[in-house]
Amino acid sequence: MTSGQDAQENDRASGEEAAERKRQLDAVEQADELEDDDGAPLEEGDDERSFRAYLRGWWTQIRAGQSGVLPVVLGVILIGIIFQTQNAKFLSPGNLVNLLVQGAVYMLIGMGEVFVLLLGEIDLSLGYVAGIGAVVVTELVQPGTNWPWYLAILAALVVTAAIGALQGSLVTRLRLPSFVVTLAGLLGWQGVMIKLLGTGGTIPIQNKVVNSIANGTMSRLGGWILIGVVVVLFAFLTLRQDGLRRRSGLAAPGRIITYLKILVVAVAGVGVVLLSNVDRGVGPYHVQGMPWVFPVVFGVLVLWSFLLGRTRFGRYIYAIGGNAEAARRAGINLSWVRTVGFTLGALSAGLGGIVYASRLQSISTSFDGGTIVLYVVATAVIGGTSLFGGRGHPLHAVLGGVVIAAIVNGMALLGLSAAIQLIATAIVLLASITVDVVVRRRGQTAH
Amino acid sequence: MTTSTARSRSSGTEPLLQLRGIKKSFGAVEALAGVDLDVPAGQVTALVGDNGAGKSVLVKTVAGIHEPDAGEIYFEGRHVRIRSPHDSAALGIEVVYQDLALCDNLDVVQNMFLGREDLRRGLLDEDAMERAARKTLADLRVRTVRSVRQQVENLSGGQRQSVAVAKAVMWNSKLVILDEPTAALGVAQTRQVLDLVERLADRGLAVIMISHNLNDVFRVADRLAVLRLGEMVGAGPASEFDSQRAVELMTTGRYSGGSNHGAPTPAEDGR
Repeated sequence: MTSGQDAQENDRASGEEAAERKRQLDAVEQADELEDDDGAPLEEGDDERSFRAYLRGWWTQIRAGQSGVLPVVLGVILIGIIFQTQNAKFLSPGNLVNLLVQGAVYMLIGMGEVFVLLLGEIDLSLGYVAGIGAVVVTELVQPGTNWPWYLAILAALVVTAAIGALQGSLVTRLRLPSFVVTLAGLLGWQGVMIKLLGTGGTIPIQNKVVNSIANGTMSRLGGWILIGVVVVLFAFLTLRQDGLRRRSGLAAPGRIITYLKILVVAVAGVGVVLLSNVDRGVGPYHVQGMPWVFPVVFGVLVLWSFLLGRTRFGRYIYAIGGNAEAARRAGINLSWVRTVGFTLGALSAGLGGIVYASRLQSISTSFDGGTIVLYVVATAVIGGTSLFGGRGHPLHAVLGGVVIAAIVNGMALLGLSAAIQLIATAIVLLASITVDVVVRRRGQTAH
Repeated sequence: MTTSTARSRSSGTEPLLQLRGIKKSFGAVEALAGVDLDVPAGQVTALVGDNGAGKSVLVKTVAGIHEPDAGEIYFEGRHVRIRSPHDSAALGIEVVYQDLALCDNLDVVQNMFLGREDLRRGLLDEDAMERAARKTLADLRVRTVRSVRQQVENLSGGQRQSVAVAKAVMWNSKLVILDEPTAALGVAQTRQVLDLVERLADRGLAVIMISHNLNDVFRVADRLAVLRLGEMVGAGPASEFDSQRAVELMTTGRYSGGSNHGAPTPAEDGR
């Protein structure tokens, strides 16, 4: 029986909507294109055809409800246009770098939240877990204790990871709802933080290395070298992977697609370096070069993407979020994966807290972990991570962090009040989850 | 109807799976009251019965989810105890449950390998898994699933069922149990899945198919086993049954019609 007959049979039998049928046929067609690649590797002449097939496949996916990061990218562009028309300073290199540094805290904690959201859980404590991380580092590098910066950071990460493991264990072993456990964490860790800081305390950080995580910059040359290494490595790995797939007879994206991807990464990298290397100082002060926090965020992004995309553990995180029962029947140790997910989430939050303290060069009892965690959940969701588990990526937290930081930064630039800022953020959050839910619902009318 | 599947499949010398006197109670409720069943390799054995007849409990006993209170299980002639799903998987028994146990957010390859991923230097070997998944689907002549890298969410009901079956077959399984594989499917998709069920048997696997739909049963089954209230009220080659006889056995436990050409009397088939 030919595939054409198959499709016809399908059509006749199932009384599904016409649009849905069209979609399925499109999918079959798209798959046909891929199948054609099977036997022989793509020749150069096929590139244009494969490029069109790629675009078509991408469009099919979007219509099927897998829009990925497209909405948030469009959102960032829209926000950029809105603020730029109101205040010409918004898109200035200095402000853009400043904005990204501001967003780094949300991005880091947000990448932690993504782990938990992927599992279909939520962690409301991450704001104050970040606070604990900040306090531990601050206390340990004080003149009295005087730990070296790396030991202090390590200790803070160990402490926050332990908090995550504890909360994760409560959720998995005692089967308590994560919402309640981490709500208790939100209250409890704030208490612990205040206790550690002492009454009315703002503790300044004198350690130069800790302070320069968020405030220090690389040399201009350093930025170029870093980006060069990243782009070359990316190009090498992408080309190698495609080559391996072609050689083993699997469908690989056309060469044009591969080159385009590499080009986009290279352009983005060069753009970031150029942006960072402009002197953004005021008056007699010169500030230029890439802030150290950029490679920190990027490193965490790469590490977590790798863990989620290339290891069994990552696959199981997605599987549990998608269908926990199926994961259990597949012999996956659910408690273990979930607990580790909570642990890595809290660990990322701890790192975010360290960056927060570094940026302010101090930590105080006015640290508002409650607002931060709400922004962080918003960050992940705005970026495209589902609140219902199984769908998401650390990159979403980074992109969502850009949106949140752009809104906060842009409105401060326009001199809008905190009240307006909160209302605007709420609207953006609602809009993003509406897009998520509506688009997903459309994708799911399939069965 | 009964003649539609005249088989040339070898019936084998000894059944792959033999159940003898399986009993299982849940509190005061006796779900299985001493059930005998033979499941030969290379054949489709349909397990039919009304709601509450004990079909699911019987299957779960074989799958290791329930341990029987009494009775013996023989697999490939050996007496075995199946205490956990792990035990049954180790024997080569795979169950495709009605809910299919697929992760919508993962693609076809990822679902087929869930929990048993191929690794290369500690990392997922996507290419090897994709090749193996394609090969399995091609061997089973599942042509409806065109791209193995699409998310299961985007598949139709029949395609999902095919993926679930292919997943069960991948692991050198000897016995595949299908729980209502055609429930909730349209006509064309039902046919595709039933074709797939036949191909499993053609490949020499033993297949147990639970079904409510007697049309489906008579299309593919080589053997029938009729359960009623926890008892095996009739079992034998499909050619010895017709719809009326099966329905009467399911509902009353007896067959009153003319028992021509010496069809086996109820519950005498298994010794």
